[in-house]
Amino acid sequence: MNTVHRAWWKTAIGLVLTAAMLFPLYWMINVSFTERSAIRNADLFPRAFTVENYQVVLSSQLPYLGTSVLIGLGTVAVTLVISAPAAYALSKLHVPGHRVINFMLIVAQMIPAVVMALGFYTIYSNLGVLNSVYGLILADSTIAVPFGVMLFSAFMASIPKELLEAAEIDGASYWRTFWSVVLPVSRNSAVTVGLFAFLWAWSDFLFASTLNREGGNLRPITMGLYDFIGSQNQEWGPLMAAAVVASIPTAILLIVAQRYVAAGITAGAVKD
Amino acid sequence: MSTPSSAARPLPKVAARRRGQPPGDAPRRRRIRPTTWAGLAFIAPMAIYFCVFYVYPLYENVSMSLHRFTRATFVTGAAPFVGTTIYTEVTNSPLFVPTVIQTAIFVIVSLVFQYTIGLGLAVFFRRHFPLSEVLRALFLVPWLLPIIVSATTWQWMMDAENGIINRFLGVFGMDPIWWLNNDHSLWAVVIANIWLGIPFNLVILYSGLQNISADLYEAAAIDGASAWRQFWSITFPLLKPVTAITLLLGFVYTLKVVDIIWIMSMGTGSSQTLATWAYAMAFGKGSSSVIRYSQAAVVGTVLLVVALIMGFVYLFVQRRQEER
Repeated sequence: MNTVHRAWWKTAIGLVLTAAMLFPLYWMINVSFTERSAIRNADLFPRAFTVENYQVVLSSQLPYLGTSVLIGLGTVAVTLVISAPAAYALSKLHVPGHRVINFMLIVAQMIPAVVMALGFYTIYSNLGVLNSVYGLILADSTIAVPFGVMLFSAFMASIPKELLEAAEIDGASYWRTFWSVVLPVSRNSAVTVGLFAFLWAWSDFLFASTLNREGGNLRPITMGLYDFIGSQNQEWGPLMAAAVVASIPTAILLIVAQRYVAAGITAGAVKD
Repeated sequence: MSTPSSAARPLPKVAARRRGQPPGDAPRRRRIRPTTWAGLAFIAPMAIYFCVFYVYPLYENVSMSLHRFTRATFVTGAAPFVGTTIYTEVTNSPLFVPTVIQTAIFVIVSLVFQYTIGLGLAVFFRRHFPLSEVLRALFLVPWLLPIIVSATTWQWMMDAENGIINRFLGVFGMDPIWWLNNDHSLWAVVIANIWLGIPFNLVILYSGLQNISADLYEAAAIDGASAWRQFWSITFPLLKPVTAITLLLGFVYTLKVVDIIWIMSMGTGSSQTLATWAYAMAFGKGSSSVIRYSQAAVVGTVLLVVALIMGFVYLFVQRRQEER
């Protein structure tokens, strides 16, 4: 009796703490549904309710959203193609200097994005690929590849040796073993890596603002939002509506794929 | 029993690698094993990728810090080698010392609060209670959202005249604070950054707590130790290795923060850190004003060296943990 009572008391505290933590997000949603004239009243709920802000946002931001989806999916593809075979090599095959490679992967996650952006900018400028979607995909993939290799190889190291030996006895080549045994077993890791690659590419501001600042509609939603800040400084309603729209994929992925999000967090817990 | 310093000396390293080979392996003259060939083939795409997308940009960055790059360089290609001249220019700049101090404040204050709040929450959520898992999952939301979303929201909440924070403070009779003006912008971005970093600390410290045996607490409880005593005598000491990793990663991630600061204050006034300074010099002013690529690259190289050092420290801490 007493323990149940105490447990609910803790739930109450937990609810208060969570509410405090999520208040900024509530505030964003609240403002996004408030009429322009009433925003400065700072009501605790949208008393002057409107969806007009969303109409403004959807009419202007849709192309950016499409570009972001494209960039996100492209980043997922590049990340998976590069990191899965590398992880197989590191965890199940013999690679000379694998300690050095592991060290480089750790450092790669620590390099400030602004340093990378400076290097990319000169190279892209020389090659004439600034303001291109694929240039941004390749740059964004550098955020996720080290994480992908480390998460994949942690999982692949746990694949029982017997499973791979059985394939070998059946006469499978290394490629065949990788493609038909290792990859299907690693499906969950692939979902986790892909999920984070997408989220990070979707959230990226730094590479987008340096490598793709003049790409027009072929820029991601973070830049669409950034334009909004500059051009409509006083229009907080549409701005917050745009912020809500930009958060939707994150929210969906968090709800639909919560299991994979948790897996990724416990495995690596890395983010800029 | 290889010590971390042995990584710098070539001899023990070779010995270690030899020792790692299976017993009975023929001398080195033997042909390379098939698994090695396969390993090389499977790692090749990443090796090439690494050279093209990490080594090359970083090389460009360092090279830019040693050459005088101007906007014209991108047209003419002429950038004379000037050695460490630009390094001297940057460190002698009147902005250098204040920026380093502000960076230190930004990083240290953020870390202290992120860690203590994260640890408090981790300890709190460790006791299972109804809804604890759902609430803990909700704590992650701010971490996964695009930073531009959070930053914009904080910017509006900190609006001097109509922001909710000043309204709230007004209830207690406090005067409105001009959060984003030059003097206060450092504290504004620190507050937002602490908020952003709490989920990361909560997650790592929570998983660290999971590895502490419940028996220890039961034994302590039988001996009559208070919750506070249990925390200081069991939780905190046993959490030390996790704490080290958390603070180390937190340090690196906070040091390189650009977006939250740039979106909230554009790095103006006291909120300029080394990372935003580099960003501002290279990309900030748009095409019209003076662009200082080389100076930005100098600051970038400094940050890069710190990242490298921290990589070694990370390896050192990790290895010491494994030896235990």
